[in-house]
Amino acid sequence: MKLCELTAHELKDMLRKGETSSREITESVLDRIQEVEEKVKAYVTIDREGALKQADEIDEKLKQGEQLPPLAGIPIALKDNMCTKGLKTTCSSKILENFVPPYDATVVAKLKENGAVIIGKTNMDEFAMGSSTENSAFFNTANPWDLTTVPGGSSGGSAAAVAADEAVMALGSDTGGSIRQPAALCGVVGLKPTYGFVSRYGLIAFASSLDQIGPITRDVTDCALLMNVICGHDPRDSTSADVKVPDFTRFLRNDVKGLRIGIPKEYFPEGINPEVEKAVINAGKLLEELGAEIIEISLPHTDYALADYYIIAPAEASSNLARYDGIQYGYRSQDYDDLIDLYKKTRSEGFGPEVKRRIMLGTYALSSGYYDAYYLKALKVRTLVKQDFDRAFEKVDCIISPTSPTPAFKMGEKVDDPLAMYLSDVFTLPVNMAGIAGISIPCGFSKEGLPIGLQVIGKPFDEGTIIQVAYTFEQNTDFHKRKPEL
Amino acid sequence: MDYEVIIGLEVHAELLTDSKIFCCCTTEFGGAPNTHCCPVCLGLPGVLPVTNEKVIELGVKAALALNCEISPYSKFDRKNYFYPDLPKAYQISQYDLPLARNGYLEIEVDGKTKKIGITRVHLEEDAGKLVHSETGSYSLVDYNRTGVPLIEIVTEPDLRSPAEAKIFLEKLKSILQYAEVSDCKMQEGSLRCDANVSIRPMGSKEFGTKTELKNMNSFKAVQKGLEYEVKRQKKLLERGKKIIQETRRWDENSNKTYTMRSKEEAHDYRYFPEPDLPPIVLEKGYIEEIRKTLPEMPYDRKKRYIEEYGLPEYDAGVITSSKALADFFEECVKEYVDAKTVSNWVMGELLGTLNAMDKEIDEIPLTPKHLADMLKLMDKGTISGKIAKKVFKEMMETGRTPDEIVEEKGLKQIADEGELSKIVDKVIADNPKSVEDYRAGKKKAIGYLVGQVMKETRGKANPQLVNKLLREKLES
Repeated sequence: MKLCELTAHELKDMLRKGETSSREITESVLDRIQEVEEKVKAYVTIDREGALKQADEIDEKLKQGEQLPPLAGIPIALKDNMCTKGLKTTCSSKILENFVPPYDATVVAKLKENGAVIIGKTNMDEFAMGSSTENSAFFNTANPWDLTTVPGGSSGGSAAAVAADEAVMALGSDTGGSIRQPAALCGVVGLKPTYGFVSRYGLIAFASSLDQIGPITRDVTDCALLMNVICGHDPRDSTSADVKVPDFTRFLRNDVKGLRIGIPKEYFPEGINPEVEKAVINAGKLLEELGAEIIEISLPHTDYALADYYIIAPAEASSNLARYDGIQYGYRSQDYDDLIDLYKKTRSEGFGPEVKRRIMLGTYALSSGYYDAYYLKALKVRTLVKQDFDRAFEKVDCIISPTSPTPAFKMGEKVDDPLAMYLSDVFTLPVNMAGIAGISIPCGFSKEGLPIGLQVIGKPFDEGTIIQVAYTFEQNTDFHKRKPEL
Repeated sequence: MDYEVIIGLEVHAELLTDSKIFCCCTTEFGGAPNTHCCPVCLGLPGVLPVTNEKVIELGVKAALALNCEISPYSKFDRKNYFYPDLPKAYQISQYDLPLARNGYLEIEVDGKTKKIGITRVHLEEDAGKLVHSETGSYSLVDYNRTGVPLIEIVTEPDLRSPAEAKIFLEKLKSILQYAEVSDCKMQEGSLRCDANVSIRPMGSKEFGTKTELKNMNSFKAVQKGLEYEVKRQKKLLERGKKIIQETRRWDENSNKTYTMRSKEEAHDYRYFPEPDLPPIVLEKGYIEEIRKTLPEMPYDRKKRYIEEYGLPEYDAGVITSSKALADFFEECVKEYVDAKTVSNWVMGELLGTLNAMDKEIDEIPLTPKHLADMLKLMDKGTISGKIAKKVFKEMMETGRTPDEIVEEKGLKQIADEGELSKIVDKVIADNPKSVEDYRAGKKKAIGYLVGQVMKETRGKANPQLVNKLLREKLES
């Protein structure tokens, strides 16, 4: 096996034993990128020199016998909406095509402190709006399992990079499912932490009350290791929670005995893909055999969550994206008559169609005369969605469901049908609305050999439990061991 | 027809914090363009605001000084609009749940006390500044002011004339300065005022259509702008025309108001709760702690000056109208006990010269101790009252001590009998006519001789001593 195919925890052990070096690992990943990137197109920016420099620094420290944190020397890819000092951060948008941040996002600073080797910045749906990475202003990313299908989105580049061994691990961001859905479609592990667990400082905002950064990894152990690095209170983010961060590796226990696991009936609607349904039901059966108690539950406001999300997220986005006006930084139209014309042309030329659609939706929902009917109402419905989960968690310790209603779909299949695309996130976005945690792990494959994801939803700041359930499932199955052929 | 004038004001005051409202940048006025900025106040992609606690504290203090009820729960909202001086394209402000409401301020109008209602006080961030090129072909943005904390104070429509509006603003400025929440320097933009004005037939209960006035850069301009606008509205009504609800700009040069934008062109700010900031939750105990830190307000201080220092009411009123002036007075009285003498100098020489210089007390180098020391020199007879005025002027301009000035310029009073005696002898010898007159019984002639001695000594002779010596010599 090549180094780039291993997990972070395997590589970590090899580094400690002196069996390899960070440079060898990093070169292995860079070679793999050389080999397959033309097909997958996971990266917007590859920082070859920066990565090798970081790797050499780690090797030097190892040589000196320094005690290094667990992820030191491990190559990681970052979704291109996390600010990296001196390294282009584009949000896969023309409007930020040449934007070089003068500062590091808090998560990036934490990764650097921990010695992780930043390989590059991954492709995404423009401003994280989309479920297929087809909304990137630059190019499409392919699903490594079938190059004619999408990797999911919006963190499609990060999920594809991890699946194709072009990175050992990655960070994504999740506003309505953007970590979990691509993780499911690419057959990797993706966790959206509880809102407030990971600092958003330096994450280019899509919808501030929903956005959250999280890990995309090859297995649950790597996920726990990465969570240990990125979680924690940040004084620069007023919405970051001042809670104690546990050592998540403590939850890597092959044991679900006595755990009460809920299955919401609303997450298996008519018309759901039968292979997905079957894989998730079988996952429930397996967990039951392993000692968990499976309980059918109801989340009655599930039907409203999608519509609700498409008021709140665009409303916040319409304001968050207003700063891209061509004045201070980013793209500016070349030819304009006056200030208003500059604004209009810059934004018309700089944003893609989905971003414009959501800016218009959000602007409308916040307009005077409509605010009460849309935004205010949506806030109330959001409370109901959250209460559904609160009530469910009185009866169960966690909830399992499909991550995505379908496996990876064909490129181009849904680009012209926004509503069909929006439905990709129907099982993931209620978790964002409620501000709670969710993880997606591989739980099967379709006839065509495309991965299927199992979502495990947990109580706020109880990532430990879903990591334990996910780890137990992983230890008793082989789905995560399969690799796509490229 | 007689009309009643209805005025309400919206006042913005910069809060006296060291750092900005949502980041650590300095709030200092001036500085080379774009040197007081960081990624947060520049609104770069990915940044988040963090509320400066000092802003909440000063906001609460200001609201308490304006007799407001402090909201136990308030929140920040986004006010969305595009303008190059607003880097996020939204201003973080407060909309439906402001920091404080239902206050009032008492003003004196024609000798009577009148209560002006304060509708609300809320917190918000300031915007940057545009610098337009002379050719008009481009504009530059300076973000130094972006994120400087402001309070917006909105009054009830309780003011009944432009003159009242000016009195209110002067009182408000004094209160905010007393509370030490704002320095209220209109020339530096740390105090700004917009006004809403309408008129209605005397006795009518319904409000007329209002216009909003902007761009008034001094209290005088507020009064003039409102006077113009009242006249304009009267003329329209008298011609049977309607007043259009709109925002108008006061133009200092032409002394007129011009349409800025109509009601239809008004922005839809699409306010919504700021998702990046938690709500402001204030405990009763916290509010009471701040109330305790409120310094003595002008009215109480005036009362104390009358009782403690025995100042006439008029003096006490003039001195306490400005906190800086009152502070100066008190410091001085600590060093020099005769309060009335200090008051005379403060109200006379000091205020007179300040007005002539168009400056505030804190803009000149004079210290209270210098004034006290100078008064002591007078008492000791080192300088005369006439010389003191010269010394005082010099102190105001240079900030040097009275001793230094007296020493360097040789202004010390001549009180040495031997030295003066010689000069008196010379004057007697040089003015036989006056001497004769005096000796002939024209006692007034001594005045001329005293004057001559003063002239010889360039005003430095001790006048009492000169009188004594002259009399002795003439009558001997």
